[in-house]
Amino acid sequence: MTRTAAPSPLHPRPAAVLRDTRITLSHGSGGKAMHDLIENVFIAGFGNSVEAAAEDQARIPLAPLAALGDRLAFTTDSYVVEPLFFPGADIGRLAVNGTVNDLAVGGALPLFISCGVIIEEGLDVGVLRAVVASMRAAADEAGVKIVTGDTKVVPRGAADKLFLNTAGVGVIRRGLALSVAAARPGDAVLVNGPIGDHGVAVLNARGELALEAAVESDSRPLGALVAALLAVCPAVRSLRDATRGGVATVLNEFARAAGVGIYLDEAALPVRPAVRGVCELLGLDPLYLANEGKLVAVVPPESADRALAALRDHPYGEGAMIIGEVREAPPGRVVLKTEFGGERIVDMLVGEQLPRIC
Amino acid sequence: MKYLEEFREPQKARALLREIARLAGRIDTCHRRPLQLMEVCGGHTHAMFRYGLEALLPDTVEFVHGPGCPVCVLPMGRVDDCVALAERTEVIFTTFGDAMRVPGSKKSLLQAKADGADVRMVYSPLDALGIARRHPDRQVVFFGLGFETTMPGTALTILQAHKEGIANFSLFCNHITIVPTIKAILDSPELTLDGFLGPGHVSMVTGTQPYQFIARRYRKPVVVTGFEPLDILQGTWMLMKQLAAGRCEVQNQYRRVVSTHGNAAALGAVQAVFELREFFEWRGLGSIDHSGVRIRSAYAAFDAERRFAVPNVRIADPTACQCGEVLKGAIRPWQCKLFGTACTPETPLGALMVSSEGACAAYHQYGYARSDRPAASPAAPVRAAT
Repeated sequence: MTRTAAPSPLHPRPAAVLRDTRITLSHGSGGKAMHDLIENVFIAGFGNSVEAAAEDQARIPLAPLAALGDRLAFTTDSYVVEPLFFPGADIGRLAVNGTVNDLAVGGALPLFISCGVIIEEGLDVGVLRAVVASMRAAADEAGVKIVTGDTKVVPRGAADKLFLNTAGVGVIRRGLALSVAAARPGDAVLVNGPIGDHGVAVLNARGELALEAAVESDSRPLGALVAALLAVCPAVRSLRDATRGGVATVLNEFARAAGVGIYLDEAALPVRPAVRGVCELLGLDPLYLANEGKLVAVVPPESADRALAALRDHPYGEGAMIIGEVREAPPGRVVLKTEFGGERIVDMLVGEQLPRIC
Repeated sequence: MKYLEEFREPQKARALLREIARLAGRIDTCHRRPLQLMEVCGGHTHAMFRYGLEALLPDTVEFVHGPGCPVCVLPMGRVDDCVALAERTEVIFTTFGDAMRVPGSKKSLLQAKADGADVRMVYSPLDALGIARRHPDRQVVFFGLGFETTMPGTALTILQAHKEGIANFSLFCNHITIVPTIKAILDSPELTLDGFLGPGHVSMVTGTQPYQFIARRYRKPVVVTGFEPLDILQGTWMLMKQLAAGRCEVQNQYRRVVSTHGNAAALGAVQAVFELREFFEWRGLGSIDHSGVRIRSAYAAFDAERRFAVPNVRIADPTACQCGEVLKGAIRPWQCKLFGTACTPETPLGALMVSSEGACAAYHQYGYARSDRPAASPAAPVRAAT
C-alpha cells in the first residue's frame, strides 16, 4: 500500500531492479529481494501495473461478467513438466493454455488466471524471465489476463527447478449444458487434430532415447475453437481436453458417466507418422499419450458434419476427424474397431506411462 | 509408414483369414474340441489383442497364450531380492520400466523407490553402465531380465564393463531360456496343444534349430513368426496347413529377421558370459531344470548375487492362483477363480496379470469380442462355456 502513496520528493522510490542472476532463498523471504523479483520479473513481465498488483487479491467487477453469461467457471491445475522447455512449448505456455482449455471445454469464456510459482533455489533468473514471457504471450493469444500470483522459493532439492500453478476464472455462456454424462447412442465423437504430439515431444526432449523425431508439442489455447464450434453447434453434448491419459481416458470418462458404449474407428484416428513411429518403437499407444491442444467432442448425429466443418475452419482444428460413435452397449466401455475389423477394449490406463508430462 | 503398413494391409488379412477358416473346417472334422495353438511369446499375445485378431479367427481355432513374458514369470522372491538390493544405500538399482510394477511379497520396485530407494529406469543395460561411469562412488546394479532377446545386450555390457575395468557395475541376472520351458509344457500330462507359433525375437538370436525337438520328439508343428498382424495371421495359416496335411515341421515365417542358425556374434557373447543354472524358478510353472542362466566365474566380479548378500528367499505362488493351468492351456484366463476379482492389473496376484504381455492382463485390458466370452465388465467376469 505504501507504494501507491505519492513518493516523497526527498526519497524517491527507485524502480525495482533485479541484479541477481540466480534465485536464492532470499527471493522467497518476503523482504526486499522478493519484492524486487515480483516487480521486475512477474509484474513487469505480465504487463500489469504495480499499483493494481499491490493488493493481496485481484478485484474483478461483477457487472461486465454477468453480461457474458450466467455461471462462473473456476478451475486450477499445477505444472511440473520436465524439461521446462521442449519443442513447441514450455512450462509457462502449458500453464496458461492448460487452464484456459479447462475453462473453454466447459463452454466458458476464459478471462482471468492466477500464477503460483514454486522455485527451487539456484534457478537461473533468465529461465524464469523466459517462462514469464512465454506465459504473457500465451495469455495474450488466449485473451486472458494474469491478475494475481504468488512466489515461493524452496531449498535445493525440495522441488525440481520450477513448478507452476494456474487457477482460472471464466464465464459460461447462457443456454449451454455441456456434461461429461450427456453422450447418447447415435452421437458422433470428434477430435480436432492429430493426437499424441505433446507426449512424444516431451519424451523426446528428455534426450534419454536419442530419437530423431521432429515432433512439437500441440500446446494451444482452445477458447476460440470452442466458441466457433458452439456457435454453429450449440447442441454439443460433451467436450473435454485430452491431456494426461490422452483421448482414451477422456472417452472412458464419457462412456462411464453416460453409461454408453463408445466405438472408435482405428482407421479414422489422426496420428502423425513421426508419433506413430515413436509409439511403434517404444510400445506406446497414441490413444493414451498426452495432448495439450486437443479436445474430444460428442455431438448429436445431425450436427456431426456441421461440427466437423466448424472445427476444420479454425487453424487449431484443421486436422479434425470424426473418430467414432456412441452406442448403447457395452455400457461404460470404449471399443476400438481395428483396421482388420477386429475389436478390442480401450480401457483406462493402469499405472503411469510417462511421468511429469505436464 | 514405410516397412510397417505393408504388414498391416486389411485386404491381405482378410484373404489369410478366409484360408484359415477353410483349413479349420477341414481339420475340425477329426477334433472334438477347438484346435489349440500356443503362441510362446508375450509379444505375440500383445499384438493379437492389440489388433483384435482372436475375434477374427474361426471358433474352431483357439490361442493358448504361453509363458513368453519374462516379467510375468519372474517369481515373487526374485522381486524381493531386487527390492533388497535397491534398498542398500550404496546401490543405484537400474531396471527396464516394465519390471517396476511387478509386485514382490512386500512391495514393488516402484514402491521401494517411493520409500527412498534409488531405482532408475533405463532403456538399455549400456545406459546402466553409463550411470556407473558417472557415479564411481556408488554401486550400480542392473536388473537383467528376459529371454535370449535381451541376453546378448546384457552379455555385451558385461564384456564392455570388464574391458573398461568398471568396478562399481554388476548384474542381477534373471535371464531365462525358452526351450526347457516349452519342453516342460510338452511333458505336462494335461497337454492338449496342437502346435506352436515360435517366438520371433528370441529366434533372431537362437535361430530356428533349437525347436527341432518339438517337431521330431513331440510331433507338434512349429512356425517361427513375426509380430505384425499379417505375420501372425500368416504364421497361423502355415501352422494350419501343416495340421491339415498331418505334417509336423519347424517352419520360418519370419525370414526377414530369423535365420536357421541365429546370430553368431550374439550367441558368442552369451556363451562367453553366461552358463546354465541347474534350475530356475518360474512364477506359475514352478522350478524348471536348466531354464535360467547365471554369470560364469570368469566374470564373477560383475555378479550382483556374488557381490552382495542377496536374501534369495523363495515365496510360493498364491495357492488359489491358476496361472500354471492357463499357461498350459488347461483353462482360459477368465476361467480362473481370481480373474477380475482378487486379481486385476492394478493388484495382480498371478504372473499373467502382471505385465501387458501377460495373457490375463491382455484379456482384462482389451476385453473380449466373441459372444462366448464374458462381455465387457471386468469387475464381474462371467464364466464362459467353451
